Amino acid sequence: MGEIKLMKGNEAIAEAAIRVGCDAYFGYPITPQSEVMEYLAAEKPEERTGMVLLQAESEIGAINMIFGAASAGKKVMTSSSSPGISLMQECISYIAGAELPCVIVNVVRGGPGLGTIQPSQADYFQSVKGGGHGDYRLLVLAPDSVQEMSDHVKLGFDLAFKYRNPVMIQSDGVIGQMMEKVEFFDPIPRSTEIQPWATLGRKGMRKKNVITSLDLDPYQNEMHNHFLQEKYRKMEMDEVRFEEYNCEGKLDYLIVAYGCSARVSKKVIEYAKNEKGLNIGLLRPITLFPFPKLQIEKLSKNVKAILSVEMSAGQMIEDIKLTVGKGVRVEHYGRYGGVVHNPEDVWNGFKEIFLNE
Amino acid sequence: MESIDVSMDINEIIKPENLVYKKSSLFEEKPFSYCPGCGHGTIQRTLMEVVEEMGITEDVVGVAPVGCSVTMYEFLDIDMLQAPHGRAAAAATGLKRVLPDKYVFSYQGDGDFAAIGTGESIHTCNRGENILVIFVNNGIYGMTGGQMAPTSLINMKTSTTPYGRKQEQMGSPLKITELIAQLPGTYYVSRHAVHTPAGVRKLKKAIIKSFELQKENKGLCFIEVVSNCNSGWKMTPVKSNQWMEENMFPFYPLGDIKVDGKLVK
Repeated sequence: MGEIKLMKGNEAIAEAAIRVGCDAYFGYPITPQSEVMEYLAAEKPEERTGMVLLQAESEIGAINMIFGAASAGKKVMTSSSSPGISLMQECISYIAGAELPCVIVNVVRGGPGLGTIQPSQADYFQSVKGGGHGDYRLLVLAPDSVQEMSDHVKLGFDLAFKYRNPVMIQSDGVIGQMMEKVEFFDPIPRSTEIQPWATLGRKGMRKKNVITSLDLDPYQNEMHNHFLQEKYRKMEMDEVRFEEYNCEGKLDYLIVAYGCSARVSKKVIEYAKNEKGLNIGLLRPITLFPFPKLQIEKLSKNVKAILSVEMSAGQMIEDIKLTVGKGVRVEHYGRYGGVVHNPEDVWNGFKEIFLNE
Repeated sequence: MESIDVSMDINEIIKPENLVYKKSSLFEEKPFSYCPGCGHGTIQRTLMEVVEEMGITEDVVGVAPVGCSVTMYEFLDIDMLQAPHGRAAAAATGLKRVLPDKYVFSYQGDGDFAAIGTGESIHTCNRGENILVIFVNNGIYGMTGGQMAPTSLINMKTSTTPYGRKQEQMGSPLKITELIAQLPGTYYVSRHAVHTPAGVRKLKKAIIKSFELQKENKGLCFIEVVSNCNSGWKMTPVKSNQWMEENMFPFYPLGDIKVDGKLVK
């Protein structure tokens, strides 16, 4: 059994980064995730593991430092919140194009624009559909607890190196700020493994390593894009992760929700079962990309309708609709702009949409 | 008409003892993408000569910018990273921080370093990152077809200032080199040109000095190379070098600006 601590989600991210043997963290302060860098600074990671910690001059600076350090084949991580993640998008596209591994944490807050510092899930499109320019995908993990904030850092690095692809941990201000029990994995020493593609100086007779996302020849660039798309298809085959809650037996309805909306939905499901005799299942995507299409399609066959619960105006619902087709009714419920829906909100929403007809 | 000495045949000419110059073995057998007459090739040749002669090929990692030298990694046989526009200094920071024992350089043009990347440029210099920045200033955006750069001179005609750069509208040319020389993080700041053999030799010495200082972790070394852009300036190569001497050098005077962490100008 690992070490158990009580801490904030943001702090768990930072502690997990040190434990996973992260080589460098570059970041820039923004609410509600500044605790990540503050925790790291207080922990003196340069003494604990030799990890580099540097506060950049901007999110643009931070993500480009990530780009540079990732090209050396190192485990590198940054974190930010919505407006800061928007600033990083150009370089995230470069990192995806150049196929470098890294972990990026987005503790989402309400937008658009400067919006609010309160929690939101309105960056789903940005995380899942690419975010920057060009055809690319991030592997997107959606923790629903402080425990998963830690677990997903470890999982994130494993996946980032497996696929040479940036991994986005899409959390939100609730998970980032709340305190919970977290059981940490045992510390992993920083890796000394040399990645064959890394820019470490051209040794002996080895061919030079070049990290670039540029292919001036459109036919070559098309080939490169084909290769990327194949990689994303492989992720869709092998990396789908989800949790099913109350999905055994005959279901009346299905809720699809991730992160803190999934936790709120679990309360609603218990209430409906115990007080109203309604059987509602929950499908919680743990990976937002790849999206758990097969599982949702399977569950959709035997329910009256699906409710997508998300702290946005309705973003994930588009993927659910694409998955289940026109034969299944799919509706959205969510408070947004920084307002967190409580179980009562969601139950009332559910009732109004499905039961008041 | 004078008779031409044909007593040496090709086999004699290529004898090692008759060799007067050869390109660095760190150059690929590829034609440059640079316009004939442009300084980029000479600067990169000089850089590779230094890397080869210092025997540090296995320990050098370069960062290419966006601009005419975006594909410089095609020509140089060393490990390189190609950074987003303006961010080469930040990418070089990330590289150097995780590879403190390697020699890291960024190679950036005036648009890259002194316009879009100004924030990263100044903060990289201010942190005193132990890297070499080679800043090529030709006062124009060459790659995109000759638009105004932050370093374009007053009254200089470019495709976006066809009647000349006006100070009232576009401000003054940015002397970013003098600006970053003020920062405690920069240790060696020097301005050069490669239009003469003497200038090339001076640049070579400056690059050697910079790598030696980097090994001692002295702070950021910065070499500006004032260069021509005969295509963008719409001149012959020879005329562009004359124009550079007459117009660029008075505003961007050559020589050391900061040595051993102290301003000399």
